[in-house]
Amino acid sequence: MNTESGKPLIEVVDLEKDYPTGAGVFQALRGVSLSIAAGEFVAIMGASGSGKSTFMNLLGCLDRPTRGSYHLDGKDVSKMSSDQLAALRNREIGFVFQGFNLLPKLTALDNVALPLMYAGMGREARRQQAQATLDRVGLGERSHHTPLQLSGGQQQRVAIARALATRPRIIFADEPTGNLDSETSRQVMGFFSQLNREEAITLVLVTHEADIADYARRRIRFQDGRVVEDVTTEADAT
Amino acid sequence: MIIASLFETAWHALTTHRMRSFLTMLGMMIGVAAVILMLAIGQGAQAMVRGAIESMGSNLFIIMSGATTSGGARVAMGSAPTLTFADADAIRDLPDIVAAAPMLPGSAQLIYAGLNWSTSVFGSTPDYVIVRNWLMASGGFFSEADVRSGARVAVIGQVVARELFGDEDPIGKIIRIRQAPFEVIGVLAAKGQSLDGRDQDDLVVVPISSAQQKIFSSSLRNRARFIMAQAVSEKSMDAAESAINELLRNRHRIGVGQDDDFTVRNLTAIAETAASTTRVMSLLLGAIAAISLVVGGIGIMNIMLVSVTERTREIGIRMAIGARRRDVLWQFLIEALTLSLIGCAIGLALGIGGAWLVERLAGLPVAVTPASVLMAVGVSFLIGVFFGFYPARRAAGLDPIDALRSQ
Ligand SMILES: Nc1ncnc2c1ncn2[C@@H]1O[C@H](COP(=O)(O)OP(=O)(O)O)[C@@H](O)[C@H]1O
Ligand SMILES: [Mg+2]
Repeated sequence: MNTESGKPLIEVVDLEKDYPTGAGVFQALRGVSLSIAAGEFVAIMGASGSGKSTFMNLLGCLDRPTRGSYHLDGKDVSKMSSDQLAALRNREIGFVFQGFNLLPKLTALDNVALPLMYAGMGREARRQQAQATLDRVGLGERSHHTPLQLSGGQQQRVAIARALATRPRIIFADEPTGNLDSETSRQVMGFFSQLNREEAITLVLVTHEADIADYARRRIRFQDGRVVEDVTTEADAT
Repeated sequence: MIIASLFETAWHALTTHRMRSFLTMLGMMIGVAAVILMLAIGQGAQAMVRGAIESMGSNLFIIMSGATTSGGARVAMGSAPTLTFADADAIRDLPDIVAAAPMLPGSAQLIYAGLNWSTSVFGSTPDYVIVRNWLMASGGFFSEADVRSGARVAVIGQVVARELFGDEDPIGKIIRIRQAPFEVIGVLAAKGQSLDGRDQDDLVVVPISSAQQKIFSSSLRNRARFIMAQAVSEKSMDAAESAINELLRNRHRIGVGQDDDFTVRNLTAIAETAASTTRVMSLLLGAIAAISLVVGGIGIMNIMLVSVTERTREIGIRMAIGARRRDVLWQFLIEALTLSLIGCAIGLALGIGGAWLVERLAGLPVAVTPASVLMAVGVSFLIGVFFGFYPARRAAGLDPIDALRSQ
């Protein structure tokens, strides 16, 4: 939303992530520098084990880098407390995971209302907002179903509604269609494109499938913890 | 705002695992029930002892005929009493003594209108009602003149009145005590059980002279089996005791080095000992029960730790969507608290119900006091916080990404 300000929404410089393993450290990211402007739709591609998820978790403030800097909306994330990061994840960022990560005992409505609870919203207000968000993803009728009573595609839509509930500026999706059949994948991707186009929500999506990546205007390819390709197509793929 | 929602979350978590929640609470329930029940029994006993002490009369001495042996006070019941009415009068005249009643105890069959009743008979003087702090329910007590003249008048206790007269007014009626006719002139107020568990209202009191001559037909005139004496105040008990000792040694001409032929016992001190024994007993009962409360708390901690481990992924998801560490901490703390407080509530119900049953079935006096209920609730709360804190802190300390990756 501050595309015009010139400052990128996401800016990482020389980002590195080491994982301790039995035989010393494993370098999952070996110096990644890139920036993403507000409103972009980016696909992150690469072979399994190339560091996509690691990168995504860093961008999503779920994890901290070993070295390098990360500025989100101009602010240095490494200087933030865990409470500030939690607030950031709550208000600015929405996550969509491959495995949906819904709470199985809660209804769709309660799952979607959960981030609103941590945002400090009252019970009635958050139920209304959660219901409205479920309506947006076309699951208004299923709000009282639990995840187990929903199909994979429906569960992923609930997860998207949960990511959208607090009206974040960025959505990170790690292989969101990985567990879905191709028809459902197309629906989910269509919805993502629409969000990006109509609401200017910044979308960063990890996938290893080329046809899914085609929905994005920009494609970044990872290999062994480095960016090896970063291309932007101006023409809309859909 | 979040805290209120977390109670809802806790409630939801606990109701989706009903059986586990119930088993987790079980220890707490049993602990609280045990504490309530034990305190109820202990306090009931204390209340009974306190009542018995109050009914006994205050600042009381009992001076018995007979020597003190090395094994403590032993009264040779077979031998002739060494105390006299004059001894009682002399004791009463001591400055620290309010009243002194010579006593001649025995038992006898009472007969009235074809009904008979075996009871304790006490020969005494009007000082008896003073030392025992005993009030009259109806009529009056006999006088010094009655004692001097050996009048055939009797004052009866509530039990005797009930057994012999039922609804009839006993005043003015003639009863036979071991065949000797006595006129009932008064009925004593109810006192209930004594410290040794006897019913104090099951008695008849007559002038000591009449008891000696008309009932026990004793050849020993003017002798008392024991004397009951009341001191002016609790503070003067020690002075009064030595004064009585000195007085009686003088009156009985007991030389230095000779054994006393009487024994002075401070009944109030003995009663206080009984009271503190009961206090210690009830404290002990409470302490044992409190241990089970702590064990209940440890049970909660165990299950909460298991629950945190099992729900690591849930914690990760919550953190990913914006739960702060303190939100997670509160979530688990509130769960532990809810468990312990619900366990406490059920335990309270069980404990109070159990106390009622004990009173009903075992006939023990029980007293569930607001203080013990408050204490049980307070302790459960503290236990919930104390044993809930460690698992909750564990949950809150999880790394979001590690938690998300688990399983
Ligand atoms: N917690 C971890 N500990 C050790 N190694 C890890 C950990 N997470 C990921 N890795 C390793 O880092 C590399 C990159 O992982 P990841 O970012 O998940 O790859 P991708 O998502 O591209 O498949 C992999 O080789 C993986 O084995
Ligand atoms: Mg991955």
